[in-house]
Amino acid sequence: MTALDFQALAPHLTLTGGLMVVLLAVSFWRSHRAAFALTLLSLAAAFIALWPGLDAGPRAVTPLLMLDAYAAFFNGLFILIGAVTALLAHRYLEGRAGSQEEFHVLLLASTLGAMTLASAQHFAALLLGLEILSISLYAMVAYPEEDHPPLEAALKYLVLSGVGSTIMLFGMALIYHATGALGFAELTAFAATGDRADLWLSAGLVLFVIGIAFKLSLVPFHMWTPDVYQGAPAPVTAYLATVSKAAVFAVLLRFAVDAQLLDLSSGARVSVAMLFAIIAVLSMVVGNVLALLQNSIKRLLAYSSIAHVGYLLIALLVLNALPGQSMAVETALVFLVGYLAMTLAAFAVVSELSSAADGERDQIEEYSGLFWRHPVLASVLTAALLSLAGIPLTAGFIAKFYLFAAGVDGELWGLLWAMVVGSAISIYYYLKIVFAMTVRGADAPAMPDSAAGVATAAALGLVVLALGIYPTPLIDWVRDIAQGLQRLP
Amino acid sequence: MQLLGLILLLLGGGALAALSERLHRNAPRWLALGVIAASTLYLLAIPVGTEEQAAWIPRFGISLILAMDGLSFAMVALTLFLGLVAIVSSWSEIEESPGFFQFNLLWTLAGVVGVFTALDLFLFFVFWEVMLVPMYFLIAIWGHEARAFAAMKFFLFTQISGLLMLFAILTLVYLHYDASGVITFAYADLLDAELDPGYAFLLMLGFFVAFAVKLPGVPFHTWLPDAHTQAPTAGSVILAGILLKTGAYGLLRFVVPLFPEAALEFRWPAMFLGAASVIYGGYLAFSQSDFKRLVAYSSISHMGFVLLGVFAWNTVAVQGAVVQMVAHGFSTAALFMMAGALQQRLHTREMGQMGGLWLKAPRMGAVALFFVIASLGMPGLGNFVGEFMVLIGAFQVDVPLTIAAAIGIIVAAVYALSLMQRSFQGEPNAAVATMPDFGFRELSVMILMMVALVWLGIYPETLLNLSAPVVSGLGVHP
Repeated sequence: MTALDFQALAPHLTLTGGLMVVLLAVSFWRSHRAAFALTLLSLAAAFIALWPGLDAGPRAVTPLLMLDAYAAFFNGLFILIGAVTALLAHRYLEGRAGSQEEFHVLLLASTLGAMTLASAQHFAALLLGLEILSISLYAMVAYPEEDHPPLEAALKYLVLSGVGSTIMLFGMALIYHATGALGFAELTAFAATGDRADLWLSAGLVLFVIGIAFKLSLVPFHMWTPDVYQGAPAPVTAYLATVSKAAVFAVLLRFAVDAQLLDLSSGARVSVAMLFAIIAVLSMVVGNVLALLQNSIKRLLAYSSIAHVGYLLIALLVLNALPGQSMAVETALVFLVGYLAMTLAAFAVVSELSSAADGERDQIEEYSGLFWRHPVLASVLTAALLSLAGIPLTAGFIAKFYLFAAGVDGELWGLLWAMVVGSAISIYYYLKIVFAMTVRGADAPAMPDSAAGVATAAALGLVVLALGIYPTPLIDWVRDIAQGLQRLP
Repeated sequence: MQLLGLILLLLGGGALAALSERLHRNAPRWLALGVIAASTLYLLAIPVGTEEQAAWIPRFGISLILAMDGLSFAMVALTLFLGLVAIVSSWSEIEESPGFFQFNLLWTLAGVVGVFTALDLFLFFVFWEVMLVPMYFLIAIWGHEARAFAAMKFFLFTQISGLLMLFAILTLVYLHYDASGVITFAYADLLDAELDPGYAFLLMLGFFVAFAVKLPGVPFHTWLPDAHTQAPTAGSVILAGILLKTGAYGLLRFVVPLFPEAALEFRWPAMFLGAASVIYGGYLAFSQSDFKRLVAYSSISHMGFVLLGVFAWNTVAVQGAVVQMVAHGFSTAALFMMAGALQQRLHTREMGQMGGLWLKAPRMGAVALFFVIASLGMPGLGNFVGEFMVLIGAFQVDVPLTIAAAIGIIVAAVYALSLMQRSFQGEPNAAVATMPDFGFRELSVMILMMVALVWLGIYPETLLNLSAPVVSGLGVHP
């Protein structure tokens, strides 16, 4: 390890340092506010540390981590979302009996796990990051430990996520058996020369895909998602729906680009691309159809997130259809930014209307007349929902437009039709919530909210609109990153 | 950036109107009126033929291309005028949150102005969708009893057909890119795209469905009666007066010029749908007992002429379609305003509970009679010119379909006169004791629309001269 290695690792190290400080601080000085402030400070410091990290250039630190612009891009996003979650959780947990300080420690730890995933270029780092992220999340989901729904959700999440990790680990073992490699780059070497039709390799890849599908909650491995989303405290659901998905997808995309094992159709026993295509179509259809039946906004958004990750897989398949072009990675990154912004905005509103003391407010009828009671939050939720539905001038439209363009470019007609049908269905359930918010004369108890939380939600709403109205800076930025990741000139 | 300025003026005015509600209940109304007046003056200052361009998303060759030729000018002017009518007609009808109401109204108008001026397919699509969302709110918040259903149906129909259009736009751009190596959404460049006939036909259908839903042509019309009936008066005025015209405009500007061969191949089915809309819409209009629903169905019938004229694709027919678009904008807007005024006074739209209203409100009766006559195609008024020209043009292309559509004019006389008969004439309804007549506010707008229709009927050259160069530029057959 040289000085430059440490510099490249600066964001991770800063956040780890911050984590230790918060951990020590809360053991000696019990103050929710202080823990919250220290958490925000740690995140801000880690965010600033991104620049020295970038200056160290794309750098492989140990065979495990690759710290390049791609990693920094995701690290930045995760840190920002971590800060938003801390802001939302601070108000959400206030007024609850017991101590709230440890929540922030867990939040920092899971952010660190997500950052590790974004820079992982080795199966060991992948597993390490995934477990740091998930184990902290189990505890975050169960944080209001005296309530029944969070405990149930956490247990369900723990068991199913554990099963997913195990399957993935077994897949990695089989891939290792077949190729003798654990690093993504070494797998590339194998892909070029080795025997692709090897039975253990195929089995290993299938198990790996299943494990990933569990983590990304893709159909048919999605059963846990709606229950966990509904049971978890709203700020944690926001975090779960954004960071944990994006981090797993980040590592999957790097794996697909680096290891070049996505399509084994050339003499292989199973086509991973075909597997992903089937999972994608199933997720779009099942996610959107089941979302129609929900009365809880959190469950509805859970199903909608299943459908959205299904859309996102189109980008992965474009990678396979258009080798040597940056379109696919670009699409994935633009889509993810849009998805993160609109999902976070929607959950921020739900979280702002709920609290640990008064309970979750997630039934659609509880949102009746929100426009007249709380115009700012209602406008943000409307913007987020219209964006999820893919209406122009929102981030969601640009995201879907990009997917569409990439899909047409890659001539993936079947998947595009599934997306068209899925989007058409989805308009109905998003609009149902928007309509509920416009109903007049619906009385509901006053809702506690904080200026900081409302401002956060409003800022997220503005981000959703800004990305939709003028996406060019984002596109330019993301293009460089995509070309860097794929080592294109 | 004059045209962009016009759109931004409407958007900014809408935002101000929403905020001004805190100052005074009437502030949003006056502000909206001021914004429309300012926009109109601004429009008159923009020379016809203006074209402006700015980069937007260079990654996909998407630019802000806005242009205003004679056709666009006529449609934008109609839009602003009917915007004025909508504001006036909602003056005392909308009691709840007038600020947010005017906001949605002005934003819909901004979207429509964008649709009529955009010459980049991506930008066009954006405006196409953007005008829907505020319209959805107008119906969903200020609509009548079954507004939830009507608003949802309206949104789903237009949105899903819009998705098809987006798919077609992207495929067109991709095919053009494949052939020429240039990725662009600019209308002028895509006009030259050389397409495989099979693809061209499918793409043309994608566009056609989106525009036929908006028009609406049978069998895509079922959203219209619900949306129009449930919308507040201003919403119906804008829907029928302007939003339907965006569908006709799309057919004229995009479908035929972009895919001339495919459109020619599709001529008979399209003209058949046009003639079917004329007759079926008229037939359904006659069987309604709800004043507003009758007018809504009559729109389907009248817009059928536009479909017929556009696909006949010769100068007379296309010019007739343009006249019909404008004339129908005035006559239906006036009839919807009448329906709104009646509902506000009688709290019903059922013609069974009207009757003999002329005695109670003679000014309303006279105005209603004028627009009913206009709507049934009386010579000397704008609608007659439009329908007549369409029929002359279509006759040269397909005689049986033209004869069928001409029969539609007779149907129009039947339902239009029965509307007059059942509401304003006949035995006075005992339940209606008194009814305030039109005041200055309503009457002045109505008179403006009457003048416009008479002018259009006697001297249509004003409009025809504006649109003639555009129509010939689109590649219409002589």
